[in-house]
Amino acid sequence: MKKKKVSCMPVLYVILIIYALITLYPFLWALSASFKNYAELTGGGLSLIPKNITLENYAKIFTRESAYLRWFFNSVFLATLITGVNVFFNSMAGYALAQIKFRGSKMVFYLILAAMAIPGQVLMIPNFIIVNAFGMMDSYAAILVPGAINTTYIFFMRQYYMNYSKQVEEAAKIDGLSRIGCFFRIALPFAKPALATQATFIFLGSWNGFVNVMLYIKDVKKFTLPLGIQYSQVQYGTLWNNIMAFSMLSFVPILIMYITLNKYFMKGIRMDGEK
Amino acid sequence: MKTKLNKNSLFNHLQGYAFIAPTVIVLGVFTYISVVVAIGMSFHKVNLFKWTFDYVGLNNYMRFFSEDRILKAFTNTIKFVSVVAPIQTIVALVMAAVLNSRIRAQRTFRFVYFLPTLTSSVVLTMIFMFIFSINGPFNTIGLSMSLIEEAKNWLNEPSITLKIIMAMNIWSTVPFYMTIYLAALQDVPQSLYESARVDGANAVKCFTSITVPHMKPITTFVFITGVISTFQMFDQAYIFSNGSGGPQNSTLTVALMVFQYAFSLLNDMGIAAAIAIVLAIAIITTSLIANKLNKSEKLYS
Repeated sequence: MKKKKVSCMPVLYVILIIYALITLYPFLWALSASFKNYAELTGGGLSLIPKNITLENYAKIFTRESAYLRWFFNSVFLATLITGVNVFFNSMAGYALAQIKFRGSKMVFYLILAAMAIPGQVLMIPNFIIVNAFGMMDSYAAILVPGAINTTYIFFMRQYYMNYSKQVEEAAKIDGLSRIGCFFRIALPFAKPALATQATFIFLGSWNGFVNVMLYIKDVKKFTLPLGIQYSQVQYGTLWNNIMAFSMLSFVPILIMYITLNKYFMKGIRMDGEK
Repeated sequence: MKTKLNKNSLFNHLQGYAFIAPTVIVLGVFTYISVVVAIGMSFHKVNLFKWTFDYVGLNNYMRFFSEDRILKAFTNTIKFVSVVAPIQTIVALVMAAVLNSRIRAQRTFRFVYFLPTLTSSVVLTMIFMFIFSINGPFNTIGLSMSLIEEAKNWLNEPSITLKIIMAMNIWSTVPFYMTIYLAALQDVPQSLYESARVDGANAVKCFTSITVPHMKPITTFVFITGVISTFQMFDQAYIFSNGSGGPQNSTLTVALMVFQYAFSLLNDMGIAAAIAIVLAIAIITTSLIANKLNKSEKLYS
């Protein structure tokens, strides 16, 4: 039995390492290109390490009308706002569906599940008209209001609160705490790990989001980073070293978040609400 | 006493409504009212500038058969779905099983594998566009290993572009599905593998006769999720072609075409809505069939 294990293991490591290289290689090329000057980039060298490491691509980003910083702060602002609103509303809905008995709760639950099956393309056109009618065009409200809830995470929170013992709440109620008080003081803190998982993935989705911003935001000053990068690529064409530097800079904040909040990313989402 | 109880339950109902209100409002307006509006629009000729809606019956749907671009977009999308969804599912399952086999440095590998999932579609597409551009590493490496005859700007090759997007999509979605598989693999009892090994089963046999059957419900989930998201592929095609779907419509997907008809100069929201609804029907039907097939298989095994 032990022999078999020994004979099999090296193959597994080879597979793992090859896959790791496939994953890393494009990133390494992008990183390397971001430190090359244009002559070396077009010269077609095979080396991943630039001959003359230059910071000019990065320097350019910060000087060019300082758009990068502006887009960066727009991204931070919008992603934080969307995450906050979502975590709050999704948890409230999940809690109500799991713990409060009210007429129509089953139907609301089925409507939430059914909504998951409707593709975005169907909603895109009417949403655009509604956003326009409400006068939200070219403002972050156009992204924030339709995106204030997320059916996947409502479902996730509902599953989480299904395992939640009400006994503590009953005790708290006797002490005179209202339902809303119970939710804020007991139910929300109870769900901290689920809130963190939810927040992590919603922030990531918002930070990386493209199509909604493209659809609703026309003012270049209000762009988020992904829009800014795409805009720059269309403007500056084949200056790939500049674009790669830009791309790397937009990836860094997420990378830092990934390293610090690693355990929430690793867990992924488990729909059975297990911790 | 009785009135008190009723009062309590009424209060309960009200509390429930208060908690669910934001969800119901957003879902009602931006999903359910929107679906109805979209269906209605698909039977009209809509001009948003003039704000006119003319009833045209099934005309928008009929145009599917007369316009080559629509056919091309559906062919591209079906090609994309049928290549990407199965491959990403299989690779994710295999890699999860390998990662789960008591190897060392599991955390390090997982850390690296997850990187593409974190990256925005814009950054990913930029990186891949650079790699396949005239000065990109694909040309340099291909030439030095004499895999290709001459350096080309592969972004302008209609026969290659969709394949680049396929590769990029598989590469970037596998890690997410792998994470789902890994979580599920923790629930497979280790004793099964141990007794199989005692019986002399090798690693491949263990994989096919224990891992694959146990992962079946997860595989259905991953495959259906994959089908749903590949059918809707938009970002990468849009960024790759700057919204045109070119070169020669090779990156034109259904989702991109919906966007073009609705929001580009075409200004034809009626047909855009019709295409979107057909796409939705295609997605829901495929998911239901996949789900059914998987369940019926279970009956026989």
